[in-house]
Amino acid sequence: MRKLILLLFFFSLHILHAQEYFPTDSGVKTNKNTAFAFTNATIYVTPTEVLKNATLLIKDGKVDAVGKNVKIPEGTITTDLKGKTIYSSFIDAYSGFGISKPKRAVSRSRGVQYEASREGYYWNDHIRPDTNPISAFKFDSKKAKDFINAGFGVVNTHMQDGIIRGNGLLIALNPNASDAYRILNTKSAQYFSFDKSVQSRQAYPSSRMGAMALLRQTYLDADWYAKGNMKNKDMALEALNANKNLTQIFETGNHLDALRADKIGDEIGVKFTIVGSGDEYERVSDIKATNANFIIPINFSNAYDVSNPLLAQQISLRDMRKWNQEPSNLSVLSKNEVNFALTTHKLKSTKSFHKNLQKAITYGFDETKALAALTTVPASILGNSSIGNLKSGSHANFIITSGNVFDAKTSIYENWVQGAKNIVSDMTIKDITGDYMLSVNNKNYQLSVTGSGAKQKGAIKQGDKKIKSKFSFKDDWIAITLNEDSGYTRMIGKVINSSNLMEGTAFDTKGNETTWSASKKVANSKKSSKKKKGADNNALTVMPVSYPNIGFGNYVQPEQQTILIKNVTVWTSEDEGILENKDVLLKDGKITQIGKGLKARKALEIDGTGKHLTAGIVDEHSHIAATSINEGAQNSSAEVTIEDVVDPTDINIYRNISGGTTTAQILHGSANPIGGRSAIIKLKWGENAESMIYDDTPKFIKFALGENVKQSRSSNGTRFPQTRMGVEQMITDYFTRAKEYDALKKSGQPYRKDLEMETLAEILNKERFISCHSYVQSEINMLMKVADKFDFNINTFTHILEGYKVADKMAEHGVGGSTFSDWWAYKYEVNDAIPYNAAIMHNAGVTVAINSDDREMSRRLNQEAAKTIKYGGMSELEAWKTVTINPAKLLHIDDKVGSIKEGKDADVVLWNNHPMSIYAKVEKTIIDGKVFFDRAEDTKKRVAIKEEKSKLINMMLNEKMNGGKTKVPMKRGDINFHCDTLEELKN
Amino acid sequence: MKKIIYSLLVFFCIGNIVAQQTPADKQSTAISIEGATAHLGNGEVIENSLIMFNEGKITFVGSAMLKIARMGTVINATGKHIYPGFIAVNATLGLAEIDAVKASVDVDEIGINNPHIRSLIAYNAESKVVESMRPNGVLMAQITPRGGSISGTSSIVQLDAWNWEDAAIKVDDAIHMNWPSSFTRGRWWLGEDPALKPDTRYGKNTDDIKMYFANAKNYLAGQKSTINLPFEAMKGLFNGSQRLFIHVNGQKEITDAITIAKNAGINNIALVNAEGAESVTDLLVKNDIGVVLERPHRNPNSEDDAYDYTYTIAKTLTDKGITIAIGMEGQMERMNTRNLPFYAGTFSAHGLDKEDALKMITSNSAKILGVSGMVGTLEVGKDATLFISEGDALDMRTNILSKAFIQGRDISLETHQTELWKRYSNKYKSE
Repeated sequence: MRKLILLLFFFSLHILHAQEYFPTDSGVKTNKNTAFAFTNATIYVTPTEVLKNATLLIKDGKVDAVGKNVKIPEGTITTDLKGKTIYSSFIDAYSGFGISKPKRAVSRSRGVQYEASREGYYWNDHIRPDTNPISAFKFDSKKAKDFINAGFGVVNTHMQDGIIRGNGLLIALNPNASDAYRILNTKSAQYFSFDKSVQSRQAYPSSRMGAMALLRQTYLDADWYAKGNMKNKDMALEALNANKNLTQIFETGNHLDALRADKIGDEIGVKFTIVGSGDEYERVSDIKATNANFIIPINFSNAYDVSNPLLAQQISLRDMRKWNQEPSNLSVLSKNEVNFALTTHKLKSTKSFHKNLQKAITYGFDETKALAALTTVPASILGNSSIGNLKSGSHANFIITSGNVFDAKTSIYENWVQGAKNIVSDMTIKDITGDYMLSVNNKNYQLSVTGSGAKQKGAIKQGDKKIKSKFSFKDDWIAITLNEDSGYTRMIGKVINSSNLMEGTAFDTKGNETTWSASKKVANSKKSSKKKKGADNNALTVMPVSYPNIGFGNYVQPEQQTILIKNVTVWTSEDEGILENKDVLLKDGKITQIGKGLKARKALEIDGTGKHLTAGIVDEHSHIAATSINEGAQNSSAEVTIEDVVDPTDINIYRNISGGTTTAQILHGSANPIGGRSAIIKLKWGENAESMIYDDTPKFIKFALGENVKQSRSSNGTRFPQTRMGVEQMITDYFTRAKEYDALKKSGQPYRKDLEMETLAEILNKERFISCHSYVQSEINMLMKVADKFDFNINTFTHILEGYKVADKMAEHGVGGSTFSDWWAYKYEVNDAIPYNAAIMHNAGVTVAINSDDREMSRRLNQEAAKTIKYGGMSELEAWKTVTINPAKLLHIDDKVGSIKEGKDADVVLWNNHPMSIYAKVEKTIIDGKVFFDRAEDTKKRVAIKEEKSKLINMMLNEKMNGGKTKVPMKRGDINFHCDTLEELKN
Repeated sequence: MKKIIYSLLVFFCIGNIVAQQTPADKQSTAISIEGATAHLGNGEVIENSLIMFNEGKITFVGSAMLKIARMGTVINATGKHIYPGFIAVNATLGLAEIDAVKASVDVDEIGINNPHIRSLIAYNAESKVVESMRPNGVLMAQITPRGGSISGTSSIVQLDAWNWEDAAIKVDDAIHMNWPSSFTRGRWWLGEDPALKPDTRYGKNTDDIKMYFANAKNYLAGQKSTINLPFEAMKGLFNGSQRLFIHVNGQKEITDAITIAKNAGINNIALVNAEGAESVTDLLVKNDIGVVLERPHRNPNSEDDAYDYTYTIAKTLTDKGITIAIGMEGQMERMNTRNLPFYAGTFSAHGLDKEDALKMITSNSAKILGVSGMVGTLEVGKDATLFISEGDALDMRTNILSKAFIQGRDISLETHQTELWKRYSNKYKSE
């Protein structure tokens, strides 16, 4: 508190309205009247407490009384608001108001910056809880005016920079006062995002998953610091601990990020208020399940200009739907009882706020909820009960409107903030709209006045002929200039008190003075034909949301069925080999029976005659379904996990199941020797990330050796290690430290919890397995020796193209090999890669899998398996195992998947042909007994996409033809993720 | 199956381990192959066939039931399959050895218009990647420079030679150009949205091409007082002796490319990649323009495309009467060129008749490359460039070659890779 007073004192030095104890040098001290009464108004004390014909009495910037029987003290200036409405001014809980974004840091050298720039703070520059934006705050009068005009009285602001961004300021939008009065709170909340600070070029984290891991570690460290265990001073952690009891607001870029933020919050014990993105309708049940408070923007996009069909066909259904569906977001959220406030955040102009909100209301958003989302909800999120309502004692922040504030025709007249008036549109301006007979110089004209308030416009005609003219109505004076062939006639005059008559003086073309008058002809009736047609008043048909909400998504999630596949050739991937003419029964998500003449009640029967049934393909090495693949800004990133960034909206999930792949290990990339943890997922198209990840998933981590990790193709590689020699030492160092860490942990003494060390200790304790990207024999041999030294085994070498050179050593070590069928020659270390690799390793007793590392190859791994027959002569049975049971074994999920065996998961694929024939096509892909791919359904989906696009194109054309704004067609950006992909999807 | 492998192993073990395979000598005796199923490459299949060739040329194609004299060495290929050598179009074999090692890469010259840049002289006949083509039946290729607006001049080679001069089947067969896209991608590395937006410079870019064609034509018709090498190199385009391969994607771009080229007096045209060609088939048929399709083993271009779009396109275009072949341009294209037969197989799995799919890598490619008088089918008088496979050569399970001939020469099916295979298989066997 004392600090606050000091601050206030500081700010008051350069302001006009001095505080009462400040000396006055400009004249004598005067007292200003601060009491006002507003009578006969409809008053929204809260969104649900509405008083008709009531009085609002304010004094000294606060609400003194509100009600029907308020006694107005003497000396109070009273305004009669008959027919008008008073609402509490709105609150924007999320903005950067008055705090300009910091400048982007310039590069200090050509190389990558690994270390922090700041001293005395956390090791990572993007953690900036110490940011106190008060020193950067400058009341932005222009922006404030925009807010005031839109009805806002209070905005919450902060420095929008960094992952942890420090505290924020709550500002009353009172241009008439000084910061000393209008700063309501200097520690209004603490802010977060997944985006790095621009003030530092420190490379870590380079990915979403890195940012998530960093947040977790920061909280662990803050705790450790709070307990006094750190020797150094860390002003960032101190600030984080000091901000602990504030509202914690997390900005996110899409609904998947919102779920990620919430997940982290649950882990670290922080209930984040999440700044959403407007796409929450895509997974509203998951959003609801977070139980978080949300702050939702309403920056609706414009329709695409689809008038050029060649351009229009580039737009994805996903992007077209966004335009169609997003106006329904608020309605969907509120029907699902998600608690949210509204924000102007992301709007290009505050002016479009009401237009968009009105649009949302026409799409079914409840007005009372809208009012709450602008007043009481943000107030409660910010923990401030004296704003957002007009109860006695609250700030006198209120707007006076001509009627329902959510009606397009309504004007906001005044917006009072802290008891000070701001005029938005003059409510004393007369309404002079109507049709008049105008007489001047013995001639008659028709004058018609339209518009409202200060913007009333007049147009003049003579008969059917339009006359060039100028009309203005200001300060109660009407000025008209007629421009006829003969010259100009000028008129000035006023409306005669409360009658329908205008009168005044005119100057004719020769400058002779005369009089003019205009009398109203008929009662003002707005012609409906003049109304802008535009689609804004009518909600369009909202296309149904599919899961995921893109082309080929499922409107209804596949359900578990009892399925009986009859008379089919079964590739068991077990010792039984191939079984002809068998029936396979799938029930409750499991393979329950394999036999002949099977029967099951209510089963979906599929005739398998002439067809082949196999276990679903397992891809040991995939990079689909993730928004990022590498956290390459450090040589070890054991703290990150792909599970954090699984992207269930990736079309490649669908394309993979169309090729029979049902399980994939989504591996971290190969940017660093110790990579991140894997996500092992079932490709259950349409389900969310959480349900795709295996239950009790085996724990895996990616390691990598060779050219990629030593930055061979980077022009500015400066990170250790730069050689294979360095790689050995780096990995040994990490395991040495992990061993010491684990010993300390097990000893029961206090220790600083380190997520990276935790992960590595799991490896030492044989709880987590390594899948190591590797190519040449030297490095393969090396890593096995390092593992031996620490008494564990490498689980899998992936890629392992020179595995054939050390296959005997691999077999002895007990490591598996997951390789490409025939890739080589793309870099120096694969010069000796041969397609016979799989066969040689297999013959030497190594468990061999064929993997993809490529989203295209992963949809035809059956063909890649077939190549082991051509190259090296593997038998068909063994070849088939390289994409089913073998990778399942390598992933420690062979008890669940990888073969057709009673009791295993019902993950099977029905093929029209020998599964390794080049001519084979998938008929059905079933996971957990649910049909996720069906060729007949796929054909229907293609038709549906075409039809829906056509409907949307018509809607967009209609929007354009009726004057709606449009934008240029765009084709979605796309990243083909491989091991060495460093970029990220921003959706 | 195992037997074949072991017999192959034994067969290979006789040879010495050397860095590259020695090109085979000229055909000295006639060879007759009988009993195989012959896939002629023109759609015809002869069961129990007899194929004879001498001095590098095919002398007989017919049924083994015919009681005529077998010339020279007789190979019994009963139960096997015989194919004309596969031809890879729009390939860069021999222009680079290791993609990531810049010093080994000669694919893309700087500059915008490089019609005078000739691929043939950089073609490394001894490339280890080149020799890995032969065991899969890929015996010929069009070697194509990449990059720029006009990339340069390609040549057609056979894949068993001492040097580029010997390798050449047709020197400077065609000129390749990359048609500008009407879209441009946001520079994500500068923080821009990576989405594709209409490229406002498209009109200017196409106009630049028009001007370049016009200037070349003017130059060739004029005094040529100062010799202009790029324009000289374009002579064949205007007299029709060289084909212009336009690498182009998009309905609009394809239409513009054909119109602009034809207006400039270039009538001998083929399209490469040509995504969107299915929407302008009438134009292609009318102008008799063939299409070199992209490899089917790639992802569809956009999210809403059918998962099998890249697989079914061959059937779609064939049904419209368009001559199609398969090109190699794309990621890791050199090493992947050996998968050419399986690309054809994939097109066949998704609708195309098997023999039509085979045409894509034999007679159709020869047609599009303008060498159908010489190669591309098993027909009398053509080069004896052919191979014997254990089974269907479009299916990886059965694409196992026992013999291959280029111009009648009995070529090695060994490679750097088969040698390592043998070496390490033997290592473990002896342990």
